[in-house]
Amino acid sequence: MTGVPVVDEKPEPKGNAPLGGDNASTARLGDRLFGGAATASGVIVIAMVTLIATFLIVQAVPALLDNQENFLTSRAWNPGGDQPGFGILEFLWTTVVAGAIAMLIAVPFGVAVALFLTQYAPVWMRGPAAALVDLLAAVPSIVYGLWGLITFAPFFRPIQGWIESTFGWFPLLAQTGITGGTILFIAVVLSIMVVPIVTALSREIFAQTPLAHKEGALALGATHWEMIRTTVLPFGRPGVISASMLALGRALGETIAVTFLVSSLPNGAAWTWSLFNGGETFASKIANNAAEFSNPSRTGAYIAAALVLFVLTFVVNSIARIVIERRKAFSE
Amino acid sequence: MAKRIDVTDLNVYYGAFKAVEGVTMTIEPRSVTAFIGPSGCGKSTFLRTLNRMHEVIAGGRVEGKVMLDDQDLYAPRMDPVAVRRTVGMVFQRPNPFPTMSIYDNVAAGLRLNGVKNKKTLDGIVESSLQGANLWAEVKDRLNKPGAGLSGGQQQRLCIARAIAVQPQVLLMDEPCSALDPISTLAIEDLVGELKNEFTIVIVTHNMQQAARVSDRTAFFNLRATGEPGRLVEIADTTKIFNNPSEQATEDYISGRFG
Amino acid sequence: MSTLTREGRAAGESRAQPRSGDRLSDQHDQQPPDEGATPPGGRPDDAALEEMGNPHHGRAVKDAAARVVMWGAFGAVIVPLVWILYTVVSHGVNLLLSSTWWTNNQRNINSGDTGGGARHAIEGTLMMAGVTAVIAVPIGILTAVYLVEYGRGPLARAISFTVDILSGIPSIVAALFVYAVWVTTFGIERSGFAAALSLVLLMIPVIVRSTEAMLLLVPNELREAAYALGVPKWVTVVKVVLRTAFSGIVTGVLLGLARIMGETAPLLILAPYTKNFQRDLLHGNFPTLPMMINQDRGDIGFATAAERMWGAALTLILLVLLLNVIGRVIARAGSAKT
Repeated sequence: MTGVPVVDEKPEPKGNAPLGGDNASTARLGDRLFGGAATASGVIVIAMVTLIATFLIVQAVPALLDNQENFLTSRAWNPGGDQPGFGILEFLWTTVVAGAIAMLIAVPFGVAVALFLTQYAPVWMRGPAAALVDLLAAVPSIVYGLWGLITFAPFFRPIQGWIESTFGWFPLLAQTGITGGTILFIAVVLSIMVVPIVTALSREIFAQTPLAHKEGALALGATHWEMIRTTVLPFGRPGVISASMLALGRALGETIAVTFLVSSLPNGAAWTWSLFNGGETFASKIANNAAEFSNPSRTGAYIAAALVLFVLTFVVNSIARIVIERRKAFSE
Repeated sequence: MAKRIDVTDLNVYYGAFKAVEGVTMTIEPRSVTAFIGPSGCGKSTFLRTLNRMHEVIAGGRVEGKVMLDDQDLYAPRMDPVAVRRTVGMVFQRPNPFPTMSIYDNVAAGLRLNGVKNKKTLDGIVESSLQGANLWAEVKDRLNKPGAGLSGGQQQRLCIARAIAVQPQVLLMDEPCSALDPISTLAIEDLVGELKNEFTIVIVTHNMQQAARVSDRTAFFNLRATGEPGRLVEIADTTKIFNNPSEQATEDYISGRFG
Repeated sequence: MSTLTREGRAAGESRAQPRSGDRLSDQHDQQPPDEGATPPGGRPDDAALEEMGNPHHGRAVKDAAARVVMWGAFGAVIVPLVWILYTVVSHGVNLLLSSTWWTNNQRNINSGDTGGGARHAIEGTLMMAGVTAVIAVPIGILTAVYLVEYGRGPLARAISFTVDILSGIPSIVAALFVYAVWVTTFGIERSGFAAALSLVLLMIPVIVRSTEAMLLLVPNELREAAYALGVPKWVTVVKVVLRTAFSGIVTGVLLGLARIMGETAPLLILAPYTKNFQRDLLHGNFPTLPMMINQDRGDIGFATAAERMWGAALTLILLVLLLNVIGRVIARAGSAKT
């Protein structure tokens, strides 16, 4: 029985208070206080999340009931007043599309960098190189916003112009007349912000690929790349998927950088599929209008939008979680 | 056709540490050569230099010469990938690729070499699994994960994977150390059959196993901890076990060793 | 044993029956297996085996290409990092070297004016981070202790799940939640403390996850050794487990702090900026570095405001970096000991 924690050796009736799992020490006052504090903290965390969901729902519902427009399919945004009418279609589109494009860029780069850090870089270089990538994650998002707005945007403008003039026939890349803060530009900045997230998690799992598998592939006469393709990538795939989902969650919710960069559209602007259109994301719309939170009905509309964002990130993170759990079950 | 290996004055280093010193030996084709010796004597390290797998570990390098017939494995332009393709290896613990089916495991090496034709693959997968005495046990579940097999079956799967690319030499690094006695016997029988086609080198901790399966036996030892391992003697297995030339070998064989 | 060279094959060997002797002689030419190397148990026909003569140079090229791609990707990711840091440092470093930056506030300094400092915002950011940590750290560590040392069954799973949800909540949602409770429901004014509360929500999951990982690293033998001496469980946890994991926990706390210090969205909604010193977290506007950046961004037409903006950004980066570096040094020192 050595190597098994004492707590595990005690049979524990199901559904009992967790403290009951360790009969040896529940009677002491110190144990009760400390164990109780630990349990209470956990319960506080549950309470917080429950409260967040409850408050968002409770305050969104009245505004939604007064809403004259279809919340999910309307593009209008006129909260407050006697005839409030608002819908989230435009934010949903911008948020999801910008997030998706950011992933299209960030995942290949993030995985490639993770492979570089674990499989390609000379050993002496791995630590410092990883620290550099982590540094990218340490830069506050407001700084990305500044850099994107002031330094990177002028640099990106000719690139956008070239794409528009060359591929403008394609509806997604059609010219719109908007030069700064387009969906594509925001997606590019977001992708730079989330690459370190993809890299950090992927790196961790790539490094765990058992040497036995790698040697098995090499002993068959696989090249370095073939070894990676047959062992490291399949082994790390669940990690890459969950890393991507976490990164997507971050991209969807990113606020301040997008708020700095975004070109908001006037109410009633014509719909276009173009990625060179402007348009607010959920987060930027809320942040840009913080000053508008004057009456409950107005605020309710924004809280309803926040609720959708909450659900969106919740779904994305749950997928990541499920993938991680699956992998645990698979490897045990 | 199986090939002969000639090793001349081989030193193996990991970084500054000299792990094996001054090995000279000839390994005959179509025979089983066993490496025996105490733990840490460098026999596994030396084995890995025969297909340049030691280079997988950072800082691993050799001095000296390893000839596969008349090919110098360490010639400047020699590609380690090609070496490993020609000199296959089976490891201590069975290591089938966990994300692949039994079929895909055996086909992995062939696919790397660009074989895509389904019929070709089917044929070689079947013949390799038969060659590894595993076909009868798995033919109905080729698409199940290889990790679902028992330890002994997994090891035979790895042998099938190794022989599917039809190497010249098969290196086995304590292939039975993680297996139960019955699975061990199955592998030993298999080794006896495989030597008709391949040059086999097997590292083992088990002297009875060396006596059972090998034609020739090499005894490795080290003078003291921290010293490099070296080859004490290599001779026909019967000679090593009955009438060794060196006192150290006799001490080890008869159990008088540390 | 034939060891034909390339000329040998050219002289008459058919493609279907090359000898493997030259396989090793040329790394760019992977040959089909030798006829002699028939696996026991039969072999497929020669015509089928012909396909194995896939030229190796295709594989070598792919291998080299993959290497180039990985190095290239790393280079491509470093470019924006260097670019961003260069931008911020080159624009902001002058102000940081001025005498008043670390001592003064921005009171009575208009957008077009020079002078003043960021002391108020630095103090504000540190104070807010401190208050956040005071609330979030105990809850986070105790929750992790519960999950590792006590938690079994449905409650532990529920807690673990909600921690995951919490770690995925966008900062703007956390801010809006606090707004919904603090301002809309209870009618309390916006303040630094309200912003700190929303930062607590963002910091707790970071602490829980990092502490949990550290506690799991503590070997069970240590716990058993303490139990065997008759030490009560809570003393074991506090004196043995938490102490062993201490440096790792501190690192997690510092990295968590670094993350929330750069958060701007909650401040935007809950803690309006002031140019003055402000020590009262409960009442009135509150100065922070991100909000100072945001303020001056609004007046970016003024060169003075722009410079202040970059100066504040550089200060914020330095603060965050400092925490990161300290955290990593502590982590390294701690792991070296054990």
